[in-house]
Amino acid sequence: MKQAGVFRHAAVRLLGLIPTLLVLITIAFFLIRIAPGGPFDAEKVLPPEIRANLDANYHLDEPLLQQYFRYLGQIVTGDFGPSFQYKDWTVNELIARGFPVSATIGGLAMALAFVLGTLIGTFAALKQNSVIDYSVMGVAMLGISIPNFVVAPLLILGTAVYAGWLPAGGWDWSWQRMVLPVVTLALPVVAYIARLTRGSMIEVLHSNYIRTARAKGLPERQVIRRHAFKPAILPVISYMGPATAALITGSVVIERIYSIPGLGSYFVQGALNRDYTLVLGVVIFYGIVIVVLNFIVDLLYAWLNPRIRYDEAQ
Amino acid sequence: MFARSCSVLCCVMALSACGDGQNDFGRPQGKRAQPVQLVLLEDGRPAPEVLAEEQVVYRGNGEEPETLDPHLAQGVPATRILRDLFEGLTAESAAGDLVPGAALRWNISRDARTYTFYLRRDLVWSNGDPLRADDFVYGLQRAIDPETNSSAARTLLPILNAREVLAGELPVEELGISLLDEFTMQITLTGPTPYFLGLLASPVAFPVHKGNVEALGDQFSKPGNLISNGAFVLTEWTPRVSIVLEKNPRYRQAETTLIERVVYTPTEDRAAEVKQFRSGALDWTNEVPNNQFKWLQANYPDELVTSPWMGSYFLGFNLTQEPFIDNPSLRMALILSVDRQIITEKVTQFGEKPSFALVPPGIDGYVPFSPEYADWAQEERDHEARRLYEQAGYSEENPLRVEIRYNTSDNNKKIALAVASMWKQALGVNATLVNEEFRVFLQNREQKLVTQVFSAGWISDYNDPYSFLEMFRTGHGRNDYGYSNETFDALLDEVGTERVRARRERLMFEAERVLMSDHVIIPIFTYVTKRLVNPHLKGWQNNVMDHHPTQTMFKLKSSEMSSAEKNP
Repeated sequence: MKQAGVFRHAAVRLLGLIPTLLVLITIAFFLIRIAPGGPFDAEKVLPPEIRANLDANYHLDEPLLQQYFRYLGQIVTGDFGPSFQYKDWTVNELIARGFPVSATIGGLAMALAFVLGTLIGTFAALKQNSVIDYSVMGVAMLGISIPNFVVAPLLILGTAVYAGWLPAGGWDWSWQRMVLPVVTLALPVVAYIARLTRGSMIEVLHSNYIRTARAKGLPERQVIRRHAFKPAILPVISYMGPATAALITGSVVIERIYSIPGLGSYFVQGALNRDYTLVLGVVIFYGIVIVVLNFIVDLLYAWLNPRIRYDEAQ
Repeated sequence: MFARSCSVLCCVMALSACGDGQNDFGRPQGKRAQPVQLVLLEDGRPAPEVLAEEQVVYRGNGEEPETLDPHLAQGVPATRILRDLFEGLTAESAAGDLVPGAALRWNISRDARTYTFYLRRDLVWSNGDPLRADDFVYGLQRAIDPETNSSAARTLLPILNAREVLAGELPVEELGISLLDEFTMQITLTGPTPYFLGLLASPVAFPVHKGNVEALGDQFSKPGNLISNGAFVLTEWTPRVSIVLEKNPRYRQAETTLIERVVYTPTEDRAAEVKQFRSGALDWTNEVPNNQFKWLQANYPDELVTSPWMGSYFLGFNLTQEPFIDNPSLRMALILSVDRQIITEKVTQFGEKPSFALVPPGIDGYVPFSPEYADWAQEERDHEARRLYEQAGYSEENPLRVEIRYNTSDNNKKIALAVASMWKQALGVNATLVNEEFRVFLQNREQKLVTQVFSAGWISDYNDPYSFLEMFRTGHGRNDYGYSNETFDALLDEVGTERVRARRERLMFEAERVLMSDHVIIPIFTYVTKRLVNPHLKGWQNNVMDHHPTQTMFKLKSSEMSSAEKNP
């Protein structure tokens, strides 16, 4: 019964993906075209012969609507086309190379943030209104407030330039090169998750069933672990859906400062270069990732919270 | 050549000796060990015993290269790598001088329109296939062929019929390029083009391996596929991580090429690049951040290298709109009241040269025009500016309101701010700053509707002043000034057909004089290149084109003595 409900829910959500993406593609397609200038505009202007030739070869001389339908027909086959800027690579190749890097760093950062954040948050909630609580939460607030373009260069200076423990940037899949970007990405998320956990943990600890559990004489450790933890992290889970999507699709700032070949820079560089195919490809990919992650969050919710049951929704 | 680099080295050693006592905090220990004294053999090569064991160079390279197809590449990062991978008919020495490349020698016809090239006979591709004149013919044809879709082909327009072929009006075979025999080829031009030999040393004129291109299509420039004819071959390319080249043992000068491996790393962020250099991960940076000059000068005096570059920075007037239409006195007043000395010394700070004309000095022997006010003191200029400003009908009660427009960048902003305050101080002008994203800015410049004063600059593709003057021609695609002067246009036409070098230079000088007397731009300064270079890396020289082939470089080993002193 319950199983079937989840599957039906999944099917509906996946079907709902199609109109969402279509709207996304349409808006993105026309927005990037509205932006002034085109992929071949540069300080060194092209002679008209060359310009006409390029436009014809990339179908930029056709009416916009025709280009739109041509593009739709093309991406249905899963082909995002060649990049205007990076001429030796297709958009598919660039995403296929960029995403694993971003996903690794983002995934690790999220894992680190989740573990540290919930631990710190729980700890602070247990010592509510003590000096420890205030100092831990104060540090967390700092973590949220200091932007990562300040943290990152400081970390590089400290660990790479002065101490020489870690490389100053670059990428080769070694753990040494992952440490700094993962930590930098995780810091604000740790802080955010800690605050969320603390708030909801305090609320949960004041609820009746926790009082019952304590009255039964259960050790505090078990009360927290078995009864309080799951409901307390519900808000964290709903925050994690979009936050994970944002982390694993890459951060421009982190990528530039640590010279990491992730997905984030392609989005920004693509927009600045008016690299139409690259921007659209990344937007669509990003859209899919968000929808899928939100869907996973929904499933997690159902598992964590007995009050939500999809088969009873009707 | 090497004698010069030796004497430079001696000065460097002397300088660093005084620097030893200063606080070394922040520099990786050991990285600061000084190179040993360079010893040269009789043939001008460095003695093997002073060379570092590992001849590997790590070069920061700016943005990710857009392609390694020599005929499509345009950006500096891509062309820099391609110059290591390929060799054209002509080539460049470490000093940037033109030297024979694949062609051993050439003849130029009396009318300066026909070039005959005689190729070396022992050339091979990196896969061992023989390299012949027809490979070069194929290369040039491919670059211009509309099918290839090359924007870089615009520099090949001096070749006879290139324009028609690009427009699809004539087949590729009609190009003014012909094969005379296996080792001889001829190129015919539409007119005398003194910079043409230099152009042949650039990637768009490089040969490509025909069989390879035809078999692999657009995949031919990938590592493992790319067959080249230069000092290095492509072995690895991970986008936005690194491009690795290794020495090509089949290159004609492989014996004298000392560097075994070059690692090009894209460095999008200048501050991050400097940190990588400081941590020892790079031998050569693409640039350094503008705001770190003083600090670098104090802490990295041996590594910091600045040198004139063939580009100039200026502001342009939109001559088609108020207030600058038909108002030369106002334009002149604004030109005069900019204190270039302050901008270069206090704002940009990298040793840029204050400029009073368009063409930077040092380009192919050309001496740029210098207006009379170049020799005045700034007070005199301000005085004259006030007179002209009033003559144009403005005063303290009725000040000029004007917009300075620029594309988003720290330097543009700082310069615009400085200029605005100089105008305010000297004349009482109310200038506002408008910054725009690059392509929006370009479009506004081109449309000439909202622009008044805008930032501009030009870094030449080739070593010829014509590249600067050309864009002020009536109707030129980059003539965002709306400038049109028959005399100027006629002079440029003459430049295009003049065969005698001295006369051609005089015509260009005259054209520049006409342009400057029409007050179309506010010259500010001429560019410099600025970077950090590992003092152990030798064999390269500063040049206005900023071309530095890895082929001539080599790495010295650290002297044990000085590194022991550093690490007690």
